[in-house]
Amino acid sequence: MNQPASAYFIEDRHDPNETHTLSVLVQNEPGVLARVIGLFSGRGYNIESLTVSETESQKHLSRITIVTTGTPMVIQQIKHQLDRMIPVYRVVDMTLTKRAIERELAMVKVRGIGEPRVEALRLADAFRARVIDATTESFVFEITGNTDKISQFIDLMRPLGLVEVARTGVAAIGRGSEGM
Amino acid sequence: MTDKSHDPNQMTGAAMIVRALIDHGVQHLFGYPGGAVLPIYDEIFQQSEVEHILVRHEQGAGHAAEGYARSTGKPGVVLVTSGPGATNMVTPLADALMDSIPLVCITGQVPTHLIGNDAFQECDTVGITRPCTKHNWLVRNVNDLAKVLHEAFYVATTGRPGPVVVDVPKDVQFATGTYHPPRKSDVHVSYAPRVKGDAMQIRKAVALLASAKRPVIYSGGGVVNSGPEASRLLRELVEVTGFPITSTLMGLGAYPASGPNWLGMLGMHGTYEANMTMHDCDVMLCVGARFDDRITGRTDAFSPNSKKIHIDIDPSSINKNIRVDVPIIGDCGDVLADILQVFKAEAKKPDIKSWWQEIAVWRARNSLAYKPNRDVIMPQYAIQRLFELTRGRDTYITTEVGQHQMWAAQFYGFEEPHRWMTSGGLGTMGYGLPAAIGVQVAHPDSLVIDIGGDASVQMTMQEMSTAVQYELPVKIFILNNQYMGMVRQWQQLLHGNRLSHSYSEALPDFVKLAEAYGGVGLQVSKPGDLDGAIKEMISVKKPVLFDCRVAALENCFPMIPSGKAHNEMILPAEASDPAAAFAGGKALV
Ligand SMILES: Cc1ncc(C[n+]2csc(CCOP(=O)(O)OP(=O)(O)O)c2C)c(N)n1
Ligand SMILES: [Mg+2]
Repeated sequence: MNQPASAYFIEDRHDPNETHTLSVLVQNEPGVLARVIGLFSGRGYNIESLTVSETESQKHLSRITIVTTGTPMVIQQIKHQLDRMIPVYRVVDMTLTKRAIERELAMVKVRGIGEPRVEALRLADAFRARVIDATTESFVFEITGNTDKISQFIDLMRPLGLVEVARTGVAAIGRGSEGM
Repeated sequence: MTDKSHDPNQMTGAAMIVRALIDHGVQHLFGYPGGAVLPIYDEIFQQSEVEHILVRHEQGAGHAAEGYARSTGKPGVVLVTSGPGATNMVTPLADALMDSIPLVCITGQVPTHLIGNDAFQECDTVGITRPCTKHNWLVRNVNDLAKVLHEAFYVATTGRPGPVVVDVPKDVQFATGTYHPPRKSDVHVSYAPRVKGDAMQIRKAVALLASAKRPVIYSGGGVVNSGPEASRLLRELVEVTGFPITSTLMGLGAYPASGPNWLGMLGMHGTYEANMTMHDCDVMLCVGARFDDRITGRTDAFSPNSKKIHIDIDPSSINKNIRVDVPIIGDCGDVLADILQVFKAEAKKPDIKSWWQEIAVWRARNSLAYKPNRDVIMPQYAIQRLFELTRGRDTYITTEVGQHQMWAAQFYGFEEPHRWMTSGGLGTMGYGLPAAIGVQVAHPDSLVIDIGGDASVQMTMQEMSTAVQYELPVKIFILNNQYMGMVRQWQQLLHGNRLSHSYSEALPDFVKLAEAYGGVGLQVSKPGDLDGAIKEMISVKKPVLFDCRVAALENCFPMIPSGKAHNEMILPAEASDPAAAFAGGKALV
């Protein structure tokens, strides 16, 4: 029997994880994305998806959408840690608002001829994916939707000759007339 | 066309830096020159309003600025060159971030057209310092410099204070642009720390306090940071409520050690009464502390039956480690004032006599007891004598990191805030000597003592030369146990006494070392000689290295082994309850 030679007491924690989508409004200045990403890597938080783009160019505002997982306490920490960064204006937990729409865009390349090609086209139609490029032996489909829908579509394409996928990551916005 | 040559606000970037320091009331600047900051040094040379203190290593500048800041409440200011100058500053920046110390650090950078080219003495300063600053800036345009410098001072000193870095390429220092004095619009609109606590939460807190049967106040460095008024209010709250109070390492002095309600420090090396009171309380008021792991021990066993109120200016401190019932976001001083006002108007002092009786039993265990010795100096005794012989004087204490630090916290009685400078969060060996220099620069006529360890002091010993140059009579009081005592203690208690690389082999002769620097060296090893030597140290008007030879294998108790609960502490064998010491000892096998 191998006993550890040192007497240590390391605490385990097993709270269940949750997935949350956060919208973060930031001043668009050099280094701001590095700050946000550095926060996640430095403190050991997860990033499932991250999208960023300038949304109001006169005011130099960018909107970052982050999908993250963690225990409820960790999620709360993430929000506070983001909020206290100097260039961050607002952090909204879209998951908690329960009124958020989330969309992702993917471009999916499928190669095949004959029956699989026809089947791919049929499924694309069912998923409201558009053909944005075609050759005699391939298609590129463009599909938007929530993450699950896109993942499902990609799974279906796999046996039909999936070549590669480019996904944008999640963007989210609240329902109704109010801004964040 | 306008003629700008007579506009007094037209100046070079280097001149703007010095001008901004003056506009922010900076009197002292700690730094070290190099190629990328020469234009700034040239400006410093040509003025006399800001005094520059030349250190011997940039880390020394950083810690000196920390000591300066913590003992004055003003920001500490540092100037270092690019590349190695900046990387040498990383430790003090990380230290200041952990302990919420306001620092403004200006770093030189290679000219903008060379950035990214692996130029001589280039490093990605903003990249390297991003995770160890509250915020940082790279200034690429001289016309942004004034705004950034003013914002830097504002960010460093407001909200939860912290270190900031302004990285200024050399061409920006040479370029001419427009300066403006500090103004509100210099600051990001997204930065607005909250100072006033929420009135509803304050009422809830008061209701909890008023209904408490087994209350405790647990205060921290935030109270000190908030300024002297917060400490005064804390004392008043203790007076008005009659509650027992303990404090973290960083918070010592906010409530006086001689005060009747003082339980001593809490946490890993805190007193038995402080930790038991925390464990068994029903209402806990945490003021400006952050429930870190050295305080809580095992989190699921931390004060399991209490309602917790937490006052903190940083929302991210709330519910980080421990779930609290009444969070109040705001400045300790403001929130304490509001709590006091509501308490005095609506509540009366709860009757907690039986709680105090329980506490008296814990106190009676005398958990700081140690075995006196007639032949060798016990380290605890050395601190006690140092305390007695400096009592009533205008004294500031800094420390290094290790057993001596904990003994200083346990045995030196702090009566006032801002008198105790120690590296709490990062635990940086080598902090104390340069920090003492910073304190002495700010308080030239005070007695400034660094309580050091034989290993720690060697990390920044070179700053003795700074002390000698500027005639700063700091006293380096080394508890020389010839070990990295704290490491040896852990190895003894947790690693089967395998003392891997914790012996201080080949120690220098500290007396000769002091003399080599042009200071004074003293050495004692007999308890009977200690008082005389301490008095001599105090009377010498030069930097002193005091080599106090102490018992080599003494351990620092009480101790909560990391990951254990508050009621599982190890007490010294000398504590009055043998059963408790035995129960603690069992946990180690
Ligand atoms: C820069 C740095 N390196 C390593 C450590 C780990 N460490 C903590 S205490 C200690 C020993 C300190 O020895 P000494 O200064 O002699 O103090 P003592 O514990 O003997 O009083 C060490 C190595 C640290 N805190 N800081
Ligand atoms: Mg030692």
